[in-house]
Amino acid sequence: MLWILLAVPAVSAMLAFALPWNWPRRGLLVATSGAHLGLTTLAIARTPAAVLDGWVALDGTSLLFLAITSAVFFVVSIYAVGYLAHQVRVAEDPGREVPFVDYPEAVFTGCLLLFLAAMTLVIVSRHWGLMWVAVEATTLASAPLIYFHRHPRSLVATWKYLVICSVGIALALLGYFFLAVSAEVRELSPIHLTIADLENHARQLDPAWLKAAFLLLLVGYGTKMGLAPLHTWLPDAHSEAPSMVSALLSGVLLNCAFLAILRGHSLLVKAGLGDFSRELLVLFGLVSMVFAAVFVIRQADYKRLLAYSSVEHMGILSLGAGIGGIAGFGSMLHAVNHSLTKAMLFLAAGNTLHYFHTKSTLEARGLVRALPVTALVWIAGLLAITGFPPFGPFLSELMILKGMIDGSRILVAVVYLVALAATLAAMAAIVIPMVYGEPPRSESPAVASGPRPAGPRPGPRSRSEPLWSAVPPLLLAAAVLVLGVYVPQPLSDFLHRAALAVGAE
Amino acid sequence: MAEWLDAILVLVILTNLWLLGSSRLRACIQAAALQGILLGLIPLLATWPAITARLAGVAAASIVVKAIVLPAMLRRAAREANVVYEVQPLVGFTTSLLLGIVLWGLATHLAGRLPVAALHVAPLLIPVAIFTILSGFLVIASRNTAVMQVIGYLALENGIYIFGWAFAIEDPLLVELGVLLDVFVAVFVMGIMINRLSREFDTIETDELTSLKE
Repeated sequence: MLWILLAVPAVSAMLAFALPWNWPRRGLLVATSGAHLGLTTLAIARTPAAVLDGWVALDGTSLLFLAITSAVFFVVSIYAVGYLAHQVRVAEDPGREVPFVDYPEAVFTGCLLLFLAAMTLVIVSRHWGLMWVAVEATTLASAPLIYFHRHPRSLVATWKYLVICSVGIALALLGYFFLAVSAEVRELSPIHLTIADLENHARQLDPAWLKAAFLLLLVGYGTKMGLAPLHTWLPDAHSEAPSMVSALLSGVLLNCAFLAILRGHSLLVKAGLGDFSRELLVLFGLVSMVFAAVFVIRQADYKRLLAYSSVEHMGILSLGAGIGGIAGFGSMLHAVNHSLTKAMLFLAAGNTLHYFHTKSTLEARGLVRALPVTALVWIAGLLAITGFPPFGPFLSELMILKGMIDGSRILVAVVYLVALAATLAAMAAIVIPMVYGEPPRSESPAVASGPRPAGPRPGPRSRSEPLWSAVPPLLLAAAVLVLGVYVPQPLSDFLHRAALAVGAE
Repeated sequence: MAEWLDAILVLVILTNLWLLGSSRLRACIQAAALQGILLGLIPLLATWPAITARLAGVAAASIVVKAIVLPAMLRRAAREANVVYEVQPLVGFTTSLLLGIVLWGLATHLAGRLPVAALHVAPLLIPVAIFTILSGFLVIASRNTAVMQVIGYLALENGIYIFGWAFAIEDPLLVELGVLLDVFVAVFVMGIMINRLSREFDTIETDELTSLKE
């Protein structure tokens, strides 16, 4: 069963590379992500047996992250079909006169599926080395996705992404070796570097090496997760990638890196070094939140705005895991909420970009008249991501706050609240004019057909957004809304299992 | 075989200094290739005479990839991008060399402080591993051409590998091959990127790619 889960996206990816026809390939994409979602549902209903000597298995935490990945990928794959069919030919950049050629669609679809396969492998691997290989594979599979619009700026973004993440992850490899040494200096020689084996012998491992290993793992996978100040690749990659790819990067990939860090945290807790890892997670979390708040203010590019908001929320996840207790539970719930919300916002950003041909927050205005559905998604997304009730993130952020107060971490709570408030004010000041503002009169790319190519549907056509672009973000919005009002009992059990498994309680 | 191992390790130190002090890309690629060969020999010498077939296989694969395939790819990328020299690095070549000596001091200091007395590790292995990692970092941070950054990345990866060999960490075969494959694909993708970069910008000096700066 686990083999099938891994093989389905990998084999489809090979097929996608080989298929010469566009429509069957698009069908394959949706069918594969649907099958992946189906298999995930089965796995949740009955946890499948471990394979490969326990190297590949599912536990509470990985089931949760697998569910997020699968669901978000499925929704995005529906969006992708419409995107590939209609939107691709439109330059996502107005400033460039020379037309540029997108990557072949076969490569794009193939890499999307490989990306899914690599992320699934990260989630199901229960061996430190295998997990490292999988995380690096996600970087390599997603690089061509970011570079889809063969544009000089996306090229630079991809280069930064590749180099920074590869160097970061190289440090995580060193961390993995340190884990091995921590077992070896205590002469636990026949030990396997699986998560289960190390946790069973956690108390016997050498604490000094273990601490150093965690630090390296945190810095390495933290680079990938986008924790400040290691996040420098993230705003560029997210703003230059096609919006649906940004949705996947933000909504799913960052979580996978978070999962890897959680594994390290859990090991340290079991080894009785929980205080060390907790403090580090809290520190990185706060730094990320403050960093993001500073860069969100007056951000002139709405995709970068969303990217910095991801840095902020990764900070919240790390903070919640570091605080522990109910905040650990909140952190797990927040991972779900953030993935859904951010994916929906990036899809809305994609629609906006498609219509206005600009990423400038000053020029893309008057959404409520131009794209009513997308405008609705933007407003819902703004409220959700900044933590308003009745949306899901409100609940999870409140839990994390409660965890801080329970642990009488007042100073941490103050910084947390100030950063949240600053981000809220800054994001509202940017997004609300985008939705309700007047489009700039002098040069309105949406109204005038103008000198630049205005895409297949120029002019002030509106009020009839195609289904493929409207439904996926609305689906996500509905899910976030439901999670804010009511967390179903099975999901709640899951979150508890996940929080327990990472040593949050 | 201990003296042979020491000789190899001294050569690794020299390749690092070569990397730090040279402005010609071809020379640096050569240094990286040589380092790849040395890297493959280390596990054989460190475990002599108890070499298993598996170990020999991994060492051979690593030599083929790191000493032959990757350097060839880099040479091709450099030729197509038409760059011969690293011009105007952030840190000059003489300064880099001097810094290299400082880094070597730092590496021996750090290695001396690691609690490894319980293990029988060749005394030079750990400082050389740390030195190689630090040199790789210095190259990545201080060089502007994309090719040099990739070479720095390779040196960093080599250092981490030496560390792994130092403790004779019994990696499962799957993981070792996976790591090797990842490095290979990473450099492969980076090579493609270098070609594109050179086509777009007529230069592959990454500090000129400022269009994304805040």
